[in-house]
Amino acid sequence: MSSSSPPPGAASAAISAAEKVDGFTRKSVRKAQRQKRSQGSSQFRSQGSQPELHPLPQLKDATSNEQQELFCQKLQQCCILFDFMDSVSDLKSKEIKRATLNELVEYVSTNRGVIVESAYSDIVKMISANIFRTLPPSDNPDFDPEEDEPTLEASWPHIQLVYEFFLRFLESPDFQPSIAKRYIDQKFVQQLLELFDSEDPRERDFLKTVLHRIYGKFLGLRAFIRKQINNIFLRFIYETEHFNGVAELLEILGSIINGFALPLKAEHKQFLMKVLIPMHTAKGLALFHAQLAYCVVQFLEKDTTLTEPVIRGLLKFWPKTCSQKEVMFLGEIEEILDVIEPTQFKKIEEPLFKQISKCVSSSHFQVAERALYFWNNEYILSLIEENIDKILPIMFGSLYKISKEHWNPTIVALVYNVLKTLMEMNGKLFDDLTSSYKAERQREKKKELEREELWKKLEELKLKKALEKQNSAYNMHSILSNTNDE
Amino acid sequence: MNHCPCFFRLKKGHGGSFRFLSQPIFWISDLQLPRRGPGGGRHQPIRVWVHPPRRNRTSGLSPASLGAGRGLGAKPAAATSRRRKNMAGAAGPGTGAGAAGGDGDDSLYPIAVLIDELRNEDVQLRLNSIKKLSTIALALGVERTRTELLPFLTDTIYDEDEVLLALAEQLGNFTGLVGGPDFAHCLLPPLESLATVEETVVRDKAVESLRQISQEHTSVALEAHFVPLVKRLASGDWFTSRTSACGLFSVCYPRASNAIKAEIRQHFRSLCSDDTPMVRRAAAAKLGEFAKVLELDSVKSEIVPLFTNLASDEQDSVRLLAVEACVSIAQLLSQEDLEALVMPILRQAAEDKSWRVRYMVADKFSELQKAVGPKITQDDLIPAFQNLLKDCEAEVRAAAAHKVKELCENLPIEGRETIIMDQILPFIKELVSDTNQHVKSALASVIMGLSTILGKENTIEHLLPLFLAQLKDECPEVRLNIISNLDCVNEVIGIRQLSQSLLPAIVELAEDAKWRVRLAIIEYMPLLAGQLGVEFFDEKLNSLCMAWLVDHVYAIREAATNNLMKLVQKFGIEWAQNTIVPKVLVMANDPNYLHRMTTLFCINVLSEACGQEITTKQMLPIVLKMAGDQVANVRFNVAKSLQKIGPILDTDALQEEVKPVLQKLGQDEDMDVKYFAQEAMSVVVQRLRKLDLPVKDCDEPSAPGADKNHFLRPRGPGEDAGKEGAAVRGGQSPCRAQVERLESSEASYILVAGSVAPNVPSSSSSLS
Repeated sequence: MSSSSPPPGAASAAISAAEKVDGFTRKSVRKAQRQKRSQGSSQFRSQGSQPELHPLPQLKDATSNEQQELFCQKLQQCCILFDFMDSVSDLKSKEIKRATLNELVEYVSTNRGVIVESAYSDIVKMISANIFRTLPPSDNPDFDPEEDEPTLEASWPHIQLVYEFFLRFLESPDFQPSIAKRYIDQKFVQQLLELFDSEDPRERDFLKTVLHRIYGKFLGLRAFIRKQINNIFLRFIYETEHFNGVAELLEILGSIINGFALPLKAEHKQFLMKVLIPMHTAKGLALFHAQLAYCVVQFLEKDTTLTEPVIRGLLKFWPKTCSQKEVMFLGEIEEILDVIEPTQFKKIEEPLFKQISKCVSSSHFQVAERALYFWNNEYILSLIEENIDKILPIMFGSLYKISKEHWNPTIVALVYNVLKTLMEMNGKLFDDLTSSYKAERQREKKKELEREELWKKLEELKLKKALEKQNSAYNMHSILSNTNDE
Repeated sequence: MNHCPCFFRLKKGHGGSFRFLSQPIFWISDLQLPRRGPGGGRHQPIRVWVHPPRRNRTSGLSPASLGAGRGLGAKPAAATSRRRKNMAGAAGPGTGAGAAGGDGDDSLYPIAVLIDELRNEDVQLRLNSIKKLSTIALALGVERTRTELLPFLTDTIYDEDEVLLALAEQLGNFTGLVGGPDFAHCLLPPLESLATVEETVVRDKAVESLRQISQEHTSVALEAHFVPLVKRLASGDWFTSRTSACGLFSVCYPRASNAIKAEIRQHFRSLCSDDTPMVRRAAAAKLGEFAKVLELDSVKSEIVPLFTNLASDEQDSVRLLAVEACVSIAQLLSQEDLEALVMPILRQAAEDKSWRVRYMVADKFSELQKAVGPKITQDDLIPAFQNLLKDCEAEVRAAAAHKVKELCENLPIEGRETIIMDQILPFIKELVSDTNQHVKSALASVIMGLSTILGKENTIEHLLPLFLAQLKDECPEVRLNIISNLDCVNEVIGIRQLSQSLLPAIVELAEDAKWRVRLAIIEYMPLLAGQLGVEFFDEKLNSLCMAWLVDHVYAIREAATNNLMKLVQKFGIEWAQNTIVPKVLVMANDPNYLHRMTTLFCINVLSEACGQEITTKQMLPIVLKMAGDQVANVRFNVAKSLQKIGPILDTDALQEEVKPVLQKLGQDEDMDVKYFAQEAMSVVVQRLRKLDLPVKDCDEPSAPGADKNHFLRPRGPGEDAGKEGAAVRGGQSPCRAQVERLESSEASYILVAGSVAPNVPSSSSSLS
């Protein structure tokens, strides 16, 4: 039951005729009614009331001796958390913390030499205290990221500033990874990665930049980060099918892959084949397909010998019922073909074009259209021309058929163009195929009939066998009973 | 490891050296099949092609010689088949039924089909043949299945997950086909490969099958074959094999020798601290099961530390699984050990910082309660439960609320009442006014059950106010849950106590804007009617029941008609005749054709409950009169009604009244009317025949099937519409264009029905 149910008193009277008839208002209507919600984090449970904050003096007013001390005090002050679900409580303290955070951001970005070794511990402690939390359960159990408004983080006014501060800290010229690595360790990164599941896109955006900086600066954490992302993805694919930050993580990976040294390590290839390719099966592929395709193409640009396994992998997971995903797959295939080497192309042309041939004759016009657009791509066209002897026989049947049968005139027009192009490439073969088309179809039909016949006979045989078995069982039985009689 | 099967070694030109029992009809592969290295060892799942079989209890196939070697799918079919012909001198299956059948050896036939199908590009066809794997095995006989088919399966695993799943499932039942328990270990290699694939469902199925056949192993074979397999999986490189291993420890442990047992424990230990969370999750999930087969000492010395570690894992997805294990472990330990070893962890889990873990504790509360016994429950679990009931996350509160009744029921009877009254009830009272409707509705679904535990006085004093408050809740689900459990209270205090509050609640639900809510309350009507009695019902609820008959949603009207039937069964024919039937029949004159049809639907269900007299005297005339209705939908429903009530009528009425009307309808201009009239006629005529009456002046109506077009056409609107789902009915049948009376609201409904199909019961109101 959605929360939009009207209060009981008003219910019977206030229901409009349409609503009464329908009973289910449309999703869009419901959504308009629903106010944008925000949610607090799970950490606010029975912490009791918060101590009231008292404003500390401004950092800029302090002498340089006192500044460091004051800086740490302020960091400690910002470790105190407030409940933002209750919008009226602790207003004064919340404002003080907000101002302090602002001041801290300003302080680390404009002053040099303020990030001293002794401050690291307090800085990381403050950041951890604020951002690390168990993400609350989603308000909307069947949250559809494409359709639904995300639930926003209630404490954003503070958290945003903390992220801001974190970034300035990481990017500061004074920042020294060698000191920071004592605090920003594997456990820290692990918790950071879990936050990527946040429903709030603003938070994920910050996290993306933060993680990217960490990956760049902490060489010791790189392998660990990759492995954890790997685990998150595997959990996403095979266990939960739900993780909000997949697109952001893939974006980071895109730039990571870009920096891989050649030749690629086995670990990276395994990641491609066992994680990235199976990710194409995910239900919400639309949300991160662009980033995923980018990663895949990055890999192929690094190492062209991966083309064949990648394309075979995509063919294995080719969507069977979801046309929207099919269009995405076709888009990715085109991106891959754009960078493919002719020798690699030869290796996969047969299975690939069998699939393209199926797509071209899809009754969903967007799928057919997307596949036919391949023929507008100069490079693909040249590849086809080079291998026309192989490709034309695969494509011909379905192209010929839809040129006659497809319901959508645009598709038919496109197909005519494609057929024309193909004819120009090899007129002789084209003519041969045209003349043998009918015979070919008939042969297929005959084969189909034969198959049916075969199965029918198999069924009969099965019955016969069952009967035989029964009889033999009966005989056995009678033999046994005879023996018993004796 | 298995020997290289002679059959697969058989190459072109070597046929002579191998004696076939009968003429080989399978092509012999001219491609070298990928073989495992001589070392045996672990094999990577090679993703090529497969030849599987499946059980199919036809047994008794003569051990036909079978050549199942097959190209790796790369060869064009034509070429292969040509080669086959030349070489084996027998037509391959691909060349057609005639050829293979011509051999005159029927027993080879199925295998020919199956193997040929395995090459097909269509997954469905491959799947079909994989599912007949046992036929192949039967035909091959146990020995050749072992030496040829299984190694082949092991080496050539086809890469479509769906096919692999079917294969994994079948191998679990294959023991008989390889020669019984003595040879069960032959099935291990293919299953081992399947247990390492990525797709979870395939892997799980493979593990399930492995567990199944582990039971069929002899103890010797178990140690010689099964345990090494588990060890290999447990130390696999990729996490998938280690995950699969977790599920296999508990089946081989009890039957292993002490030395092996120690090894198994060691392997399990290392998986519990695997660096991949997926593996730790799998291990945590199996921890309880494994603990149960261990010796008590080992449980204390090894399982408890593992449990402690998993319960404080950095990932909450692991920690929450430890809660489940806690139930099993707690059952094994004595009270002192429990208190010392398990309770600290359980307390910690109940206050975990992740709501998922707390949710799990709430969800498993009854099991935990039973496992730890009454003493610890009283000391530890009740306070923990109180915290869960006021948790900050609604999910946790709802899960805890669901357990309230079970928790109370399982408390020791002595002192139960005091505990509930003092320690549970105050928290329940809070939940009644919770901010989250799921919490309230979870509570409403169990709270009524407390009345039997607390007895009459407490119920009246303490629970009744809560029931009443929930009956007035703004969320319909809460009210419904209360109403649906009324029987619990009825036993204790009688429903009268509630009836004053009940009525407004029912009336409000009856008019709820959501049809599903209305539907739900209708379903409780017979129950309510039974408990409130006929007087109360007539006075207060009867009008509601009649109002539902003219609801705007078909599903409601349909439910309302069925409801009437149940009420008649409850209150009797006389009551029906006085209160229900007249009102229903009046609707036959309603200007809205949907309401007129409702009359017919009511008659369909009421006629049987009311018996012959009422049906013939009161209902039949109305039905017959409606045969002249302007709307075709009404007319063909008349035909259908006549068919339905036919068996209740006597022959006179059938002969004199029903038949002429059906004959007339049989000539109707509308094809649907004609169709149903003819169908009804054939039923009526059959009945008359059976009663041995002369059937005269009646042309045998053409069988319904004669009108072939009919089946190509969608059914007429209103016809079984509720079950068909929301078909958009616009403009299907030209004769439906004559819209008699389309209320504006109905029209808007049609539009909606098209767009939100799954939610809306398609209604007969679509179009007339």
